[in-house]
Amino acid sequence: MTDVWIGIACMALVTYLVRVLPILIFQKPIRNPFVKSFLYYVPYAVLSAMTFPAIFSADVPLAASAAGTAAAVLAAWKGKSLLFVACIAAAVVYLVQTLLLCF
Amino acid sequence: MESAKMTLMEQTFQKGLKDGIPIGLGYFAVSMAYGMAAIVQGMTVTQIIMISLTNLTSAGQFAGTTLLAVSASLIEIAITLIVINSRYFLMGLSLLQKMQPGIPLYRKMMMAFGITDEIYAVAMGQKGDVTFSYFMGLMVLPIAGWTAGTALGGIASSLLPSQIVNALGIAMYGMFIAIFVPAARMEKPVMICVLLSIAASCLFAWIPGLNSLSPGYSVVLIAVAVCAFCAWKFPRKEPEDD
Repeated sequence: MTDVWIGIACMALVTYLVRVLPILIFQKPIRNPFVKSFLYYVPYAVLSAMTFPAIFSADVPLAASAAGTAAAVLAAWKGKSLLFVACIAAAVVYLVQTLLLCF
Repeated sequence: MESAKMTLMEQTFQKGLKDGIPIGLGYFAVSMAYGMAAIVQGMTVTQIIMISLTNLTSAGQFAGTTLLAVSASLIEIAITLIVINSRYFLMGLSLLQKMQPGIPLYRKMMMAFGITDEIYAVAMGQKGDVTFSYFMGLMVLPIAGWTAGTALGGIASSLLPSQIVNALGIAMYGMFIAIFVPAARMEKPVMICVLLSIAASCLFAWIPGLNSLSPGYSVVLIAVAVCAFCAWKFPRKEPEDD
C-alpha cells in the first residue's frame, strides 16, 4: 500500500522536474535562430509522431479508428475547434464500431 | 509600446480561463478513459485522483500507472517518465522564450507545472508574450477537468460499456490532430515536419528491431532529428510574432 503512494510521489516529482528544469537552467531568452526554429517545430513533430500510427493500434477495430482519424483530420483541416475535432473523432469511432457489431 | 500594452491587457486571467474551456472538456473525456483503465489495473479512486492532480499528463501517467500496477522499481518508473515526458523539457524551453520579460522565477516555476501538449500549444498560439495571469487562467480548467474526469471514470468504470470507453480514448488523438493539422495546412515547413515525423514514427513502430525501442524514446529521437532537419532547411524569419 505504502509502496504505491511512494510510486505516486516519484511520478509527480519526476514529471514536475522535467517541466521546471529548462526554466531553472536557462534564465535568458535564446537568440540563436537555429535553436529558435528547432523549438518552433517541436510541438508539431511530437504530437504528430505520438498520434500516428498509435491511433490505429487503439483498442477498436481498424475500420473504426480509420474512420475516426479521417473525420478528425478533415474537421481540423477545415479549422474546427479543438473540442469539435476531439468529439467528432470519438463519435465516429463509436458509430462505426457499433455498426460493425450489427453485421 | 502601444501594442505591448494591448497584449498585456488582452492576456488576462479571464481570457486564459476562457481559452481553457475546450482543453478542460477534452481532458475530462480523455481522463475518464484513464480513470477506468487505472481502476481495472487495481488502483483506488483516491490514488488515481492524486496521480492526475500531480502529473497532469496523459502518456506519462498512463505508463507510470501500468508500472505501479506491476510493482516496477522506482528507478524504472522514473526513467520511463523522464523519457516519455522529455518533450515537456523542449516545450518548457520554447515557452520560456515567449514568456513576458520580468516574470519572477517562482512564478515561472508555477507556470511550469501547467506545461502539457495542449496548454503549451494554446499559449504558443497567443499573439505576443505570454503573461503569468493568462497562463494561470489557462491552467485552471484543464487541471479541474483532468482530475474530475479521472474521478468520474474511476467511479463509473464498471458502469460504462467498453465501446464508449474505447471511443473516448480516440478523443485524445483528436485533440492532437486539431493542433498539428491546421498549422500544417497554413505553413509548408510545418507540413513537411509533420509528414516526416509521421513517417519516422511508422518506421519505429513497424520495422523489426526499431520497434523494440520504447515509445517514449522514439518520440524524443524523432522530434530531435526532424526538428533539427526543419530548423536547418526552413529557418524561421526573425520576428516570428505576427
